[in-house]
Amino acid sequence: MALKIVKGSIDRMFDKNLQDLVRGIRNHKEDEAKYISTCIDEIKQELKQDNIAVKANAVCKLTYLQMLGYDVSWAAFNIVEVMSSSKFTYKLQRIGYLAASQCFHESTDVIMLTTNQIRKDLSSPNQYDTGVALTGLSCFVTPDLARDLANDIMTLMSHTKPYIRKKAVLIMYKVFLKYPESLRPAFPRLKEKLEDPDPVQSAAVNVICELARRNPKNYLSLAPLFFKLMTSSTNNWVLIKIIKLFGALTPLEPRLGKKLIEPLTNLIHTSAMSLLYECVNTVIAVLISLSSGMPNHSASIQLCVQKLRILIEDSDQNKYLGLLAMSKILKTHPKSVQSHKDLILQCLDDKDESIRLRALDLLYGMVSKKNLMEIVKKLMLHVDKAEGTTYRDELLTKIIDICSQSNYQYITNFEYISILVELTRLEGTRHGHLIASQMLDVAIRVKAIRVFAVAQMATLLDNAHLLTGNMQRNGICEVLYAAAWICGEFSHLENPMQTLEAMLRPKVATLPGHIQAVYVQNAAKLFATILKSQEGNTDSTAAQDTSQLMIDRLPLFVQSANLEVQERQASCILQLVKYIQKLQQKDVEVAEEVNALFAGELNPVAPKAQKKVPVPELDLDAWINEPPSESESEDEQPKAIFAKEEPKHSRPRHTEVDEKELARQRREARKQEQANNPFYIKASPSSQKVYQDAPGVEHIPVVQIDLSVPLKVPNALPSDDDDKDPNDPHKALDIDLDPLADSEKLPVRSHRAAEAAKSPAEDGETENATSLEPKKKSSKEKREKKKEKDRDRKKSKEEKKKKKHKHEEKEEDLLGGQADEPAVQSEETSEVAAPPTSTSAEVSDLDFWLSNAPVPSNTQDSEPDEPKDAEMEETKSSKHKKKKQKKEKEEKEKKKKKKHHHHHHHSDGGGEESVQNGTVEEEEPLPPMSNYCLLAENSYIKMVYDIQGNLQDGSQVVVSVIFENKCDSFLKSMEFNVLDSLNSKLQRPEGSGPHDGLTVPFQLPPVSNEARFVFTVQSIVMPQKLKGTLTFIVKNEDSSTHEKLDFKLHFTCTSYLITTPCYDAFAKLLESGDLKGSSVRLEGVNMPFHHLLARICFHHHFSVERIDSCASMYSRSIQGHHVCLLVKTSGQTVSIDAKCDEPTLLGNVLDEIKQTFSQC
Amino acid sequence: MHFLYPMCCFNSLLNLTCQNQNNYIQDHLKSALFDAFCLTADVFNRPLCSLISLFFHFFSSFQMQFMLLFSRQGKLRLQKWYVPLSDKEKKKITRELVQTVLARKPKMCSFLEWRDLKIVYKRYASLYFCCAIEDQDNELITLEIIHRYVELLDKYFGSVCELDIIFNFEKAYFILDEFLLGGEAQETSKKNVLKAIEQADLLQENIDFQMRLFAAPS
Repeated sequence: MALKIVKGSIDRMFDKNLQDLVRGIRNHKEDEAKYISTCIDEIKQELKQDNIAVKANAVCKLTYLQMLGYDVSWAAFNIVEVMSSSKFTYKLQRIGYLAASQCFHESTDVIMLTTNQIRKDLSSPNQYDTGVALTGLSCFVTPDLARDLANDIMTLMSHTKPYIRKKAVLIMYKVFLKYPESLRPAFPRLKEKLEDPDPVQSAAVNVICELARRNPKNYLSLAPLFFKLMTSSTNNWVLIKIIKLFGALTPLEPRLGKKLIEPLTNLIHTSAMSLLYECVNTVIAVLISLSSGMPNHSASIQLCVQKLRILIEDSDQNKYLGLLAMSKILKTHPKSVQSHKDLILQCLDDKDESIRLRALDLLYGMVSKKNLMEIVKKLMLHVDKAEGTTYRDELLTKIIDICSQSNYQYITNFEYISILVELTRLEGTRHGHLIASQMLDVAIRVKAIRVFAVAQMATLLDNAHLLTGNMQRNGICEVLYAAAWICGEFSHLENPMQTLEAMLRPKVATLPGHIQAVYVQNAAKLFATILKSQEGNTDSTAAQDTSQLMIDRLPLFVQSANLEVQERQASCILQLVKYIQKLQQKDVEVAEEVNALFAGELNPVAPKAQKKVPVPELDLDAWINEPPSESESEDEQPKAIFAKEEPKHSRPRHTEVDEKELARQRREARKQEQANNPFYIKASPSSQKVYQDAPGVEHIPVVQIDLSVPLKVPNALPSDDDDKDPNDPHKALDIDLDPLADSEKLPVRSHRAAEAAKSPAEDGETENATSLEPKKKSSKEKREKKKEKDRDRKKSKEEKKKKKHKHEEKEEDLLGGQADEPAVQSEETSEVAAPPTSTSAEVSDLDFWLSNAPVPSNTQDSEPDEPKDAEMEETKSSKHKKKKQKKEKEEKEKKKKKKHHHHHHHSDGGGEESVQNGTVEEEEPLPPMSNYCLLAENSYIKMVYDIQGNLQDGSQVVVSVIFENKCDSFLKSMEFNVLDSLNSKLQRPEGSGPHDGLTVPFQLPPVSNEARFVFTVQSIVMPQKLKGTLTFIVKNEDSSTHEKLDFKLHFTCTSYLITTPCYDAFAKLLESGDLKGSSVRLEGVNMPFHHLLARICFHHHFSVERIDSCASMYSRSIQGHHVCLLVKTSGQTVSIDAKCDEPTLLGNVLDEIKQTFSQC
Repeated sequence: MHFLYPMCCFNSLLNLTCQNQNNYIQDHLKSALFDAFCLTADVFNRPLCSLISLFFHFFSSFQMQFMLLFSRQGKLRLQKWYVPLSDKEKKKITRELVQTVLARKPKMCSFLEWRDLKIVYKRYASLYFCCAIEDQDNELITLEIIHRYVELLDKYFGSVCELDIIFNFEKAYFILDEFLLGGEAQETSKKNVLKAIEQADLLQENIDFQMRLFAAPS
């Protein structure tokens, strides 16, 4: 032993510590990667050792390597090991937590293992242990951790040491984000912390401010408290937060703004720039939210602008922020900013590009008719000076933006064209296109400017070689497009020949194709104008020369690679010109006709011109053609074509049904095969379990989750009626924060009593019931739950996809649809839980506080009340709406479920739920059915129950009981107890006696909730009854009484049957003769046959295959008895021939079936 | 470049889609990706950007998103993330940001807008301290936080230099953790932070000492 220790310490001596590693990396600059890979190998060796200190050293090194960008996720488990070394030394634990906080993220699965360790560390007597755990937790808290540790952290908020309190308070925010349910119970304590001395107080302020910024309306009632803090606190950090909070609150409560202005303007005179900046920002926000046109606020704006000026004149960073804030003021109060034009123009000279850009942004809003040209000229100077193309391009676009804003509102003369022309001189700008479109726009809009513009464009065309120096690379040649077009279209040229010559230069052929096309087209236009002017002259040679020029130059374009240039423009125009030349040679006057080619002038279009165009009478919803015909008519078509096949189609409807049935059977068979095939990869791993008779996955009863606590599931699938993004963590925190009811406390994740009973149905959330193995260890259970959830999500997604593809399949498994349900239900419960009236008191408090504010006039005081009431009403009505929508949704689900293949029990209300097992094709809607029957009832409570067999365990049945509160009081401490018989026993958690009751894991309200209890039974051939008692406490506002309700649980034989599909061996089974037969006749049954079948299926857990007026039904008991029925109908008589390997069971089942029909 | 930009968006969207665990968001992303495909480059520039900004909103939880320390050579010296991101995304952000910040001239101001965040950075000797905050947050107070942290390091190490942080990077983390928690300043008094660190160190030494005493006889 001693030797081993010595050996261990010698080993340690040779280990590299972090310093060695860092040094090593620095010494291996050339082959760093190789060196590190050897280091990682060493680390792997070290991690294999038993010595925790060696491990910690290795983990420490890994943390460093992680920072360098190496993947260390493989060592996650070792990190957990080191984390849990607190019993050895604080140092190692500290390293472990550091490594975890650096390397872990939400998807690291080993986080699951840390829960208990963290809990232990949190409750450590040493404050630094706790501190380390809290710090670490803040980095890697997951929803699971948040849920499991919320209570512990909440306790720490009242720790004796402020050191822990402040950390706990801050970390609560992370917990809220991950586990929004904790917000409501934790909030009162958080509020208390606002009264604490400094570090804790500022932490609480931080958290509440962050919460309030996301959902300000819930925190409006805290305004007076924060107002007091704002006026009393001297801590700038706290003040900044509070001011920010008010910035978020004022848009909701305009009266608050008025009250705030004064203290805020007082605070502005601080020397701390950060506080000043925050104040200015908030004042701006407040003033924007206040209705504009309040004269007395111009003073505040003026003050803000002055303070901002100080900022701008200050150091660089403050300059940037000052400009940023200035631009906010500019939006609402441009006048007050405009007076500081000088300062902002100065900023254009700043060395920092970001500051110049900010200043540019500001200038945009500051121009007026008077100063536009001044500003633009100044900007043009900067364009010349500017270094770096990005900034220059930015300048260019800003100039154009400034000039063209609101339809050239501020442009008064022609200078804009010159500016544009000047801008084309910029080398390497990307905005040639923008300039070109501006040129075209201005020239087309303003007639008066055209002559000037054409002259400018002609020069531009003449100097095209200047622009096109490296033209393919830059976009500036785009301006030639505009220039050529303007010259051609508005050819008021002094020297048109020169321009024409310029347009037909050989160099033009190197321009991009679309520009060449415009060149050629406009050369033709220009040619036409020239002809016209020349034909007036006596000398016809000039005109002929012009034609000759065209004919000489155009072939160049005919060879162009661009089709548009080659085909449409050049060759066409070339031929045209040749023809004109011919005519000219014959001395025919052609100018008029040539000009007619390009006749017509472009006029600017008024912005409202579109309105003058009448709207065509078009019904977009109506079919343009006949809608596509339905399948039936398609069936008829081949009938007409293939007359011989007519017999086959004589009953098209029937065959269709049969085909569907066949398809279903085939699918069933396939599923069975898949389930049996070990190599087939299934969506859910647990479905690999092959049961004796391999029932299809679909046929396992699906149960609904019962929520022990009214909660809003944070990661629940989105419900349709919520148009907000449900994944926004802050939306989930939108929780009513009224004072808590005393029944409310932080939901703790403990094992529910019913769960302890190993209820197979406990995990109702998982739709896939094959995963219902009994769970033993809590940690395992949690992990599994998560897995299942994931899997489930995946599955439901798959199903959704499938739905899209196989839309025509009616018997679609509607898992996707069901997945919404937990969300809906939880929504309801949380709504119920929130006492709706308690807000009013606080609201009126706030009103009082606000009305004390020095308000300038009374009318304004009463006015804002209305929107508030309206808002409240709105929230109320939205609640109603929600409920309504929910109802609708439920109905929808009901519809879906009708097509559903297996049992689905929805714990809703008192059992008016319609759930059906309808393998039958629907012909008529079925009446609603429910398996829930009354257990007991008194004036306080009503219990309905349903019994289901447990597939996995032949000796278990699950009793689902829905408790419904019938009175106004709270029902709590409900205890469910049953007097066991020899045959049937209630399963109780380990350690409790045979006569102990089970605590129902919830309280009422919510109005109703469901609990599940597991019973073990030995013999199932006989029905039996168990006596039981429910005890509970009825709590009123003033009193609480102990109440008791007796009941009798009736275990029918049916409840031992489990819906199992008729499988292939069905016929063989019947033939084999192992089964005992029995039969029963039902007289006077006047319901449709399919209703009857559906009833049997539903109430007695059978599956069915129907052939006309005859149906074979099958079911299996939890202990493997086969029950086969042959149901025939003729008129009002229904005969059931039944076979089973257990005659007593069969007899009882038949009796029960008989009873079912005698009842209706 | 103009047409590359949407492609970049597209790629990062794709990355996000692959990494995101949340099915709902993933679905949304996928449909967004699909939409992006359908639209022409010019048109989808804008919606995509807003989608990315939506993403950042989704990440954003507390004031500070992350803090990075890197040298003039672009070597990362310290990183603290207050938002859950995948390693890949972290690396990408780090790389981009280090480049952007290093490219800035010394006289430029300490703030820049980057993606949907505001970056506040300051250079102390050879080290850049760089924080990312949200749109509504106060740049100046963030600068103050950086400065505080540097002061704390300075007090703790005694005129701190880059090597101190390299070789004692865990200490640098411990100090940061005592000062900021979850991206929020938890302690505004320098004295208290240092006191906490010293006591924790003392505790560590004490236990080390005890361990050694205890281990000696065996």
